[in-house]
Amino acid sequence: MGRFKLKKKDVYIDMTAMSDVTVLLLTFFMLTSTFIKPEPVKVNTPGSVSDIKIPEANVLTITVDKDGRVFLALDKKGDMMSTLDEMQEKYGQSFNNQEKRAFGLLTTFGVSVGQLKAFLALKPEDQTAFLKSPQCKGIPCDSTHNEFKDWVQSARNVNPDLRIAIKADSKVSYKVIKQVMNSLQDIKENRYNLITSLKKED
Amino acid sequence: MANKLGRSKQKKFNCRIDFTPMVDMNMLLICFFMLCTSMIKPQTMEINMPTNKDDIKEYQRNQVKASEAITLLLAKDNKIYYYEGIPEINTLKETTYGKNGLRAYLQRRNAVALNKVNKLKADREAHATTNTKLMAQQDAIYRQELIKIKGEKGVPNVIIKATDDALYENLIDVLDEMQICGIGKYVIDKITDFDKKMIKYYTDNHPGSAAPAPAPAK
Repeated sequence: MGRFKLKKKDVYIDMTAMSDVTVLLLTFFMLTSTFIKPEPVKVNTPGSVSDIKIPEANVLTITVDKDGRVFLALDKKGDMMSTLDEMQEKYGQSFNNQEKRAFGLLTTFGVSVGQLKAFLALKPEDQTAFLKSPQCKGIPCDSTHNEFKDWVQSARNVNPDLRIAIKADSKVSYKVIKQVMNSLQDIKENRYNLITSLKKED
Repeated sequence: MANKLGRSKQKKFNCRIDFTPMVDMNMLLICFFMLCTSMIKPQTMEINMPTNKDDIKEYQRNQVKASEAITLLLAKDNKIYYYEGIPEINTLKETTYGKNGLRAYLQRRNAVALNKVNKLKADREAHATTNTKLMAQQDAIYRQELIKIKGEKGVPNVIIKATDDALYENLIDVLDEMQICGIGKYVIDKITDFDKKMIKYYTDNHPGSAAPAPAPAK
């Protein structure tokens, strides 16, 4: 009987305190963090000591990956669709409503206008796969065939408050950056941000 | 005492709620948030580029004094060269990225302004308050002073030119040095044929320098 009683000792642990802690942690995480936007291409930004934060909204991100391909991203769905409207006039293409909606859902795109129709017809997961594959050449940004310039200009027309941010891989050749910068200079976009990751001053 | 005991006995049926499932769920949510979100926002460097040369009239272009001009040439394999003033074929010097090379040189050239900036910074930290309104005012004054110091006469003007073989990282490193060394006047320019010739002349005359320089330490 005595032994039995020993076993019956209450081993109940009060989880209330634990729950309090986890709820606090959860609130902290929910308030301080931002969701990672899915990016089809991986970019290692170079480090700098600059500690200015990038603005939250109205950002046009120009991504340059290590192979020198140029991608564009707008953070608002409406802006994306209106930009496409402007572009289709410039290039004499016509996109139907379904394609426009698909374009609005894109986070990053990097195909020439000619390829865009076929690209939009793909399923979302195929689109990401295509952007990752070497077949994807990025947005043309040469001196002879510069669609990039038109894209930025259209985006600017749609949203005058737009800030331009360049997010380039640290190992990308200056040649590509020069092309991007020259194109921006041509359309009188002289103020822009270079996205870097934080580095301590050594 | 007895009275109290008696009253509490009535309520003594177990009203404890088991929080274990709640904790489980919270932990799961925390895991989800930790994996799917990023805490750090990317940093950015703001730069202003000059407008295209064709639309600027001659008188609007401010000429840089030869004694104040420093031109940095970024070449391939993490090499960096510089010359002061008016370029001549043999005035090119080689340096390295980072603390002992470029930074030491620029800090020497910009010593006067840098001292003032550091003094200003120390001053600001000494007067730091928790009053946000006051702090904002101080910050505004601080920024104005900073611009004034950087725009003073005699501070070096840095012209950054990169060859096509240079990496983007090199450009950022140099822009970074501008910030660290407190240089307010710098510009990114196109490389000229003469600059390329100078680099070629330098490498031809310094055969030892042909080996690629190590990448700047992270």
